[in-house]
Amino acid sequence: MIRLENVVRTYVRHGQTVTALHCKHLKIEMGEYVAVIGPSGSGKTTLLSLLGGMLSPTAGQIYLDDCSLYEQSVAVRSAIRLSRMGFVFQTFNLIPYLTALQNVQVPLSLKGDARDVQDSVATSMLCRFGLGDRLNHKPSELSVGQQQRVALARTLVNGPQIILADEPTGNLDPASREVVLKAFDDCHSEGRTILMVTHDLAAAAHAGRRLVLREGSISEQSDVISEAA
Amino acid sequence: MTLKSLVWNELRERPWSVVSSSIAILLGVAALVAIRHVTVHSEQEVSRQLSSLGANILILPRDASLQNYYAADRNGQTLPEEHVSEVLLAGLPGVEKVSPKLSMPAKMGGLDVTLTGILPQSEFTAQAAWQTAAMFTPNRHEGCTKASHGPSDVDGTPESLNTSRSIDSLAKDQVVLGADVAERSAFSDGDTVEMLGGKFTVLGTLSRTGTVDDSRVFAHLHTVQDLAKTGEVCSAIEIIGCCEDAAGDLVPELSKLLPNTRIVTVSQVLQTQVGVNRLMGGTSWFVLGILVVVGGASLATAMAANVRERRREIGTLMAIGATPGFVLRLFLMKALILGVVAGTVGCLLGLVTAIIAGPQWAGVAIMPLWSLSLVAIVAATGIAVAAAYFPARHAAKLDPCSCFQEV
Ligand SMILES: Nc1ncnc2c1ncn2[C@@H]1O[C@H](COP(=O)(O)OP(=O)(O)OP(=O)(O)O)[C@@H](O)[C@H]1O
Ligand SMILES: [Mg+2]
Repeated sequence: MIRLENVVRTYVRHGQTVTALHCKHLKIEMGEYVAVIGPSGSGKTTLLSLLGGMLSPTAGQIYLDDCSLYEQSVAVRSAIRLSRMGFVFQTFNLIPYLTALQNVQVPLSLKGDARDVQDSVATSMLCRFGLGDRLNHKPSELSVGQQQRVALARTLVNGPQIILADEPTGNLDPASREVVLKAFDDCHSEGRTILMVTHDLAAAAHAGRRLVLREGSISEQSDVISEAA
Repeated sequence: MTLKSLVWNELRERPWSVVSSSIAILLGVAALVAIRHVTVHSEQEVSRQLSSLGANILILPRDASLQNYYAADRNGQTLPEEHVSEVLLAGLPGVEKVSPKLSMPAKMGGLDVTLTGILPQSEFTAQAAWQTAAMFTPNRHEGCTKASHGPSDVDGTPESLNTSRSIDSLAKDQVVLGADVAERSAFSDGDTVEMLGGKFTVLGTLSRTGTVDDSRVFAHLHTVQDLAKTGEVCSAIEIIGCCEDAAGDLVPELSKLLPNTRIVTVSQVLQTQVGVNRLMGGTSWFVLGILVVVGGASLATAMAANVRERRREIGTLMAIGATPGFVLRLFLMKALILGVVAGTVGCLLGLVTAIIAGPQWAGVAIMPLWSLSLVAIVAATGIAVAAAYFPARHAAKLDPCSCFQEV
């Protein structure tokens, strides 16, 4: 279970204070598929960063299974991300000088897996996304849709319980978009928790629950999706 | 995939930035290794010459030119033999041994040799006045021996010409052959040879010294004088002085005593070499300074730029679960590899330069000094890692949220 209590995140730039996010109370149960929608600058990425343990709140607490995330050290939060979370980015963020296989091996290597384990696990994960013949391609040698599939393979290779995705379909053609949404549906049915930031209302419809962000405040508005977008 | 292969892949992706970031360290190491190699060998050469030059003061004819200490007595000019007597009777403190030499070009069985007349120690014993003068010469400090001539019981063989540059006894019709002469003429002990119209018996041959002495034939001074009809002259007088006196008062005192001669010391002869060494020694510290400052600064700058352009990658790695420590190690490992590679390549470059240029710069042959090379590589690596430390720490402290930012 993920829980936010009285969380405020502000940014101070050039003497001006911007409140990017404020949230009295938010609870996400394990296994939930949550879509986060809202206009640009409303604080969606800020919310993901806070949940991912990468951005400490200006005030308030974020709990992961009743353990306060930001009372842990930086290294412990890294370990939590490595073992329990997976990120999907709009721009894929593949490491440009590594091959598809090597990119997928990175989380395994951080976990300390042996070379042969890394090879077999990463290869089977890429095959699952139909990239068995692209193992040794660099990201620049792959199509956009293939790149996002490599990124998905990298996200899922450590079997994360929580998937945090920031506009994962934003840069994709319809077919690739379907692959991503299908993967998320599969993850959901496997019991994983998914938090997906999206502008795509049809994509948001895949989620069981929708949060709307507006100027930093979160509301639960499953009935007014069209208005929020 | 390991930390190391991550670094390697990144390095392989941008070979030119690798070269440009570490070129200063590479060239610095190359210069340092080349200069140190030449300096060390040149210093060894000087000390080898110092220890092999038995006599540390030479009295030469006034106009003698001087290119080579060993050949200094072969310049065709002469000075009176009585200077030997003058020096000994003056009782100068610090004079330990005096040996006049007269060198002549000669033919020995078709072979060109330098016939060098020397005075055996037995001749000094015969001169009572010299012995007396020596007895009353004051000793300035411990370790100095008085002018002492006469047969010594340690060095009785011809080989003593090599070790103490004197011989106990040499009859008027005997010769001692230098190693080269002995080898090329195939004469050996007991053979009879003819030179300048005189007949000699070979008393012995000398072992190789690597100097011009190897091509000399040593005979009694007075025999050479008689055969060459030069009168009582010699071409040089070697003086073994006590180390401190040779460096200090002895040279001016000898100059005063023998105003019409040229007095030179070993250090004067070796001055050019010593000068080269001093210059090189100074230069190598300068190069080390440049290496540290320029090499370190250019690598640090390149690393900082590298961290800046990889911000999103670093953020992504952190989002995946890399700790700040991992990111720190990522950049330090890169610096380590750069340092080792630049150090090794620079070291090889410096070595090749030294081997090619050493004989021209300093007239010495260069052998690789492995410990020096190892120290240079380790130093280059240390500098690279130290220079990368602050950029690497900056990378480790980057905001992981930069993974969400567009490039
Ligand atoms: N590093 C930062 N420094 C200052 N202000 C920031 C920073 N990051 C975000 N903000 C501000 O916080 C607010 C929320 O930003 P955030 O990136 O969370 O929006 P978003 O909903 O993800 O927008 P988009 O849909 O365009 O990605 C914005 O007003 C933004 O200007
Ligand atoms: Mg955003």
